[in-house]
Amino acid sequence: MSDEPHIHADQAQALTQAEQAPRVPFALTRDAFGTWVLTLTDGSVHEQVVVVRAFPVSQPDTGFSVLNRQGHELVWVDNIQAIAESERQALLQAVAEREFMPEIERLERVSGYIAPCTWHVLTNRGPTRLLLKGEEDIRRMSSQTWLVADAHGVQYLIRDLARLDRHSRKLLDRFF
Amino acid sequence: MKSSFDPVSVASADHLSDLEQPWLAGHGVENALARLEVDLNAQLFFQRQSLTLTPTHLRLSEPGAGAGKPLAHWPLRTGLRLQHSDHAGAGSLELFDDQGRLAQWRFTLAHNPDAVRLQSLFEQAMAPFRAQNDVPAQTAAAQEVEPVNPEEEGEAADAPASTVSLLRLWRFAKPYQGHLLLGFLLTLAATGASMVPPYLTMPLMDDVLVPFQNGKDIEPGIVPWYMAGLLAAALLAWGLGWAKNYVLGLVSERIGADLRTTAYEHLMKLSLEYFGGRRTGDLLNRVGSETDNLCLFLSVHLLEFATDVLMIVMTAVILFSIDPMLAWVTLVPLPFIVWLIHVVRDKLRTGFEKVGRVWSELTNVLADTIPGIRVVKAFAQEQREADRFREANRQNLLVNDRINFVWALFSPTVTLLTEVGLLVVWAFGIYLVSQHQVTLGVLTAFLAYIGRFYTRLDSMSRIVAHVQRAAAGAKRIFEILDHVSSVPEATNPRPMPPVKGRIDIEGIDFRYGNRAVVRGLSLNIAPGEMIGLVGQSGSGKTTLVNLLCRFYDVSEGCIRIDGVDIRELRLSDYRRHIGLVLQEPFLFFGTIADNIAYGLPQASREDIVAAARAAHAHEFIMRLPQGYDSLVGERGQGLSGGERQRISIARALLIDPRILILDEATSSVDSETEQEIQRALDNLVRGRTTIAIAHRLSTLQQADRLVVLERGRLVEQGTHADLMQRQGAYYRLYDAQARQSEADRVAMAAMAIQETP
Repeated sequence: MSDEPHIHADQAQALTQAEQAPRVPFALTRDAFGTWVLTLTDGSVHEQVVVVRAFPVSQPDTGFSVLNRQGHELVWVDNIQAIAESERQALLQAVAEREFMPEIERLERVSGYIAPCTWHVLTNRGPTRLLLKGEEDIRRMSSQTWLVADAHGVQYLIRDLARLDRHSRKLLDRFF
Repeated sequence: MKSSFDPVSVASADHLSDLEQPWLAGHGVENALARLEVDLNAQLFFQRQSLTLTPTHLRLSEPGAGAGKPLAHWPLRTGLRLQHSDHAGAGSLELFDDQGRLAQWRFTLAHNPDAVRLQSLFEQAMAPFRAQNDVPAQTAAAQEVEPVNPEEEGEAADAPASTVSLLRLWRFAKPYQGHLLLGFLLTLAATGASMVPPYLTMPLMDDVLVPFQNGKDIEPGIVPWYMAGLLAAALLAWGLGWAKNYVLGLVSERIGADLRTTAYEHLMKLSLEYFGGRRTGDLLNRVGSETDNLCLFLSVHLLEFATDVLMIVMTAVILFSIDPMLAWVTLVPLPFIVWLIHVVRDKLRTGFEKVGRVWSELTNVLADTIPGIRVVKAFAQEQREADRFREANRQNLLVNDRINFVWALFSPTVTLLTEVGLLVVWAFGIYLVSQHQVTLGVLTAFLAYIGRFYTRLDSMSRIVAHVQRAAAGAKRIFEILDHVSSVPEATNPRPMPPVKGRIDIEGIDFRYGNRAVVRGLSLNIAPGEMIGLVGQSGSGKTTLVNLLCRFYDVSEGCIRIDGVDIRELRLSDYRRHIGLVLQEPFLFFGTIADNIAYGLPQASREDIVAAARAAHAHEFIMRLPQGYDSLVGERGQGLSGGERQRISIARALLIDPRILILDEATSSVDSETEQEIQRALDNLVRGRTTIAIAHRLSTLQQADRLVVLERGRLVEQGTHADLMQRQGAYYRLYDAQARQSEADRVAMAAMAIQETP
């Protein structure tokens, strides 16, 4: 027995081969009701599927899963670069519609330094205001990545603290 | 996204049916039933629009007033339905007819109440259009799993003493001796510089002012020199003081940090026995705030004290060099003050120890009740806990009041002695001047020096309290550092051989204090075998597992893994091969991925997902809004017991241990979740030496061998069939459980019968 990680990986893989969801070509289309329909090569058709990312914050480009209405996994896509262009487009489209996690690009101003306070921010989805209920709603994902949850449960992401400008960092510094 | 789903273009594009007429501006504005500010567009970018419901139309327009420019509208008609849903903070309203979706509007959850209201009013407005055979509109909201709401750990605050323990801090100061020496020299120089100004008052008085009063003119050349000297001395003292504070502050912070890290590292290595006997609040207090108190003491108080001592010695030397007679008189109150300090010190020491204990009590109330808040609330004991806290606080006041009485008397007394000292110098000085034994300048210089001298003495006396407090802190930290782990590391650890998983337990005894928990137990387990540990609670099952994990060391006998005594192996090497799944899975604050990779931080993303799949956790994780990046809290708030358990199983799977210990892994969940967990466990157990404890005997069906413990002794072992046949301890346990479940069934049936008529 050795504890090198690759050994673990192999064993874990062998162990889970049976559990693995099918990795076969698939077709993801939208029906007239706006929901996504998944057709697998075995001919089975699954309606109202949703596409989710496994690591939306840490590694958004890898690990996609198509779940059926009951939340069971139908397709697992490990690497989105490895699949056909049409599939990739559909996957990205479906996930983009579902995910809502604006990234804060700049803090314009804050109404105060003690929560609750309102932050005026510029996100990658445009400018908005968020109401911070308490300092515990600012959570650290890693040293540079932070999640800010507003009073209504919307999660705002600060992907890289170092990439914010001085003004924003100075304001943020008062909170953590 | 296809453009046809963009609400702005809907009316003009594909879905323009003959029912829809071009919008007539201004129509229906005043009879709006509901209005919703939608603040996201289809791509979920922030963009404000306004959705209005009138008795006859749904209308989308520019934000703000209802009279804004209309963008699109949908007349109400038969077959329309409006569906509301939300996910991860973004809500959605969708308009459908029988053919498909007509439009979708997105908004942040801030506007959710408006959306719900608009939807219910829409249902009312649709009533006239609804034919009898129409199905009722779909209103169910497709709620997703709510994001988890983790909370950070709380912390607590202060505490008892011997000055000797402060000297032991030298161990931590040693690496910084160079800095310390530099700091000392700077202190010496800075203090020296501050001694210059009073000295200069002497010639100023005798050579300038007194001759002037006697009718001589002031020499214009000499005064600026004296002034320049005074200024230069002040500037020098300022600069040196700054450098000294900076250097010593730097050192003390580092000593504090080293102390804290060392204490924590040592704490982590101590055995579970140590933690079992301490209270969390007390430990938090020691590692957290005591080290901080020490750091403050080193950087501020000790530094001041050193400066004070230097100042006093230098002053004394200068005074004696100017006039020994007057110097003697000046220093007369000094012994009194030293004596006073000594007396007060003893009184304060016991006082501060008391304060420390009372503080710990306060912290303990917090540390007990905050994690146990559910129990407190469930038993409605909030008031009792509040009273307990109030009582601890009152004790704190009482002890402090007593100290303050002594303390309050102390500093005015020092001030009084200072005044008396000054009085003595004045009286004796005037006498000497009148006798022409000293000049006016000398007296002035003396007065200037002793003014400083006594203020220093005063501030020096305050150090007493600080020293006592710091000593108390140091003592409490060294208590941790001096504690030797009851599970010592082998001095010459043997390298860990590749583990096959054979376990031999040979005649082990174990006692908690004076209570024997395990007595003369021997058991041999073959590699890959699954053992079910059975017995009443208190029979020593969990203790046996703790001994196997080497959380404690056996009092007698030994445990061997593949023939090697586990005490000869390095603890971390050994434990790496053990996977432990507990009844109450503990999740650390962090993401799910971090929690799964806890035992193997370098694990790749693929490994983590694979482990989660094998533990049947992948699908529920993917249903969380942030997938594997979802944060879970201290006790895993937001996840159910079964979900937390499956994460902990994935954690054990990832390290791929040869030996697996399941301590009541399924007993805290319902039977449906238990099945799910059981399936996950089956994956885990495969090919590993497994020791499972379960209260419910039925969950041990796959075990190769059952081992029955009774009051710390092994009384029976064998397969289920063997043991049943023997009609011994196992039979009685099984029988009791069977009868219990039978009784349950009968009771259920009786209830059913009562309800039927």
